[in-house]
Amino acid sequence: MSLGGEAAAPRGQAGGWLTLRRRKSLLPLALVLPGLLWLIIFYAVPILSQLWISLQTGNPDDGFAQTWNWAIYADSISEYSEQMLRSLQYAGTATIACFIIGFPLAYFIAFKAGRWRNLFLLLVVLPFFTSLIVRTVAWQTILTDDSWITNALKTIGLVPEDGRLLATSFAVIAGITYNFLPFMVLPLYASLERMDRTLVEAATDLYASRWTAFRRITLPLAGPGIFAGVLLTFIPAIGDYINAQLLGTSQQYMIGNVIQSQYLVVREYPTAAALSFIMMLVVLVIIAVAARFIGTKRLSEAAVA
Amino acid sequence: MRTPLDRLRDGLLGVWSFGAVLFLFVPIFVIVLFSFNDNQGRFNFTWQGFTLRHWTDPFGVEGLQQAFVTSIGLAALTTIIAVVLGVCVALALVRYKWRGRVAAGGLVFLPLATPEVVLGAALLGWFLTLGLIRGFVTLVIAHVMFTLGYVVITIRARLEGMDVHIEEAAMDLGANQWTTLRKITLPLLAPGIAAASLLCFAISIDDFVVSNFNAGQTVTFPLFVYGAARQGVPPQVNVLATAMLLFVVLLMFLNLGFQRRAARRQNRDIEPTPALGL
Repeated sequence: MSLGGEAAAPRGQAGGWLTLRRRKSLLPLALVLPGLLWLIIFYAVPILSQLWISLQTGNPDDGFAQTWNWAIYADSISEYSEQMLRSLQYAGTATIACFIIGFPLAYFIAFKAGRWRNLFLLLVVLPFFTSLIVRTVAWQTILTDDSWITNALKTIGLVPEDGRLLATSFAVIAGITYNFLPFMVLPLYASLERMDRTLVEAATDLYASRWTAFRRITLPLAGPGIFAGVLLTFIPAIGDYINAQLLGTSQQYMIGNVIQSQYLVVREYPTAAALSFIMMLVVLVIIAVAARFIGTKRLSEAAVA
Repeated sequence: MRTPLDRLRDGLLGVWSFGAVLFLFVPIFVIVLFSFNDNQGRFNFTWQGFTLRHWTDPFGVEGLQQAFVTSIGLAALTTIIAVVLGVCVALALVRYKWRGRVAAGGLVFLPLATPEVVLGAALLGWFLTLGLIRGFVTLVIAHVMFTLGYVVITIRARLEGMDVHIEEAAMDLGANQWTTLRKITLPLLAPGIAAASLLCFAISIDDFVVSNFNAGQTVTFPLFVYGAARQGVPPQVNVLATAMLLFVVLLMFLNLGFQRRAARRQNRDIEPTPALGL
């Protein structure tokens, strides 16, 4: 690169980068193209191809042909409305439970943990470095019929004598809550930690009670974090099927279980594709609404905060 | 001005937080404990006494070693591809202005926000349409697809926190873009790249859902455990899970020590010129 142009350009970053940009306008494209193509071919196109597959009819032995069978959408919604509603209900309950458990924890780490703050953050993510399946199987061990905890809960009467913990909706929701708790805690912590604490002091100096200061200052400032945490918990939770599979029975199956078995067991591809396309549409609507409120960048940063 | 009520509130908050962390660790305790269980028969659900025999024979179950090796290979290959692609994408998104940048940022973000079952199902549908046989290759394709976004976001955050003036200074001093990238940008990015690689590896090795759809006859560690769950998971699985966790803890401590040393060294070197903003 010749230095002539650079030296003559006015000092400051705008000038320098402008000439650079003009000269190397192809460089960013070369950098971005391989990664972007990967996502287009193996993410965007497959998602769209679900629509194409869903409109086909046929069977796995003779093959499927395109018949533009739009009725599949009405059919699969009416056939699996129970599992769809259950997915929303379980995911919603688990999200609320995550918030109730996670908000005080995030608040504690951000403001009270002092020099133990990093240790606590580490403790929150550490369990998730063991395999998800192994952890869920461990919950089976914990909740199984003759386990220590089931017997203890029976003794104090929280579980009826002939009742059980495993294979109930309680077990499935508890499993989902467990799995997605860090997705709630980390964005909450990030937004609380960024907050200017002097605002709370100012409010209490001006005779606001602690509770009023919390309600009028802390909660609104934590708003984006709450929003991100709720989304990051709720969206993956809708699609979860491992917890229902390992901790529940077919009475607890969610829409993810249906998609999984339609694709891999029954091989009824159009129905499976229709259901997963519907789920994608629902998620896109949720994300579009969220992006209007807090922006995709903040949302995505919160995801790996 | 701390009233007794405030102290009570702080105390309750502490107890609640401690309880929440305990909740997170309950299954971990169970996993570690039951790796020492002297279980008779297939099931490993009840405690039957202490033994080390599973630790001395961690691969003593048919298919487990194969699955474990497959998972490690898959995660390593995925990490290499995704980190290379992801660093390039992040550089293009942060350091350059070009048409379609916002749309590309959205496309990178979307897979992270898509439920895994949709990712897995969509990819399977696409592979079926293309007539591709599913196996190790389709697993690599799938894993790179869903880890790429995590790499981009990690690297992007690091790039945005970096001082562009250092790169500009290098170029003002006659370094071309490639040299600047090699000698300035990449070394400064190294901690970000390390973090992204660790994240990528961890996500890939743990993936069940997308692999479940696209593995074909290939068995990864999570798929093995899931398959075994119906007939009772062997304690060797607990041994491997515990060992992996210990390995991660070790890596984290090494990383922490490394960062502390780097910070000390940097403070010594940089202190006279705080204007560089490091």
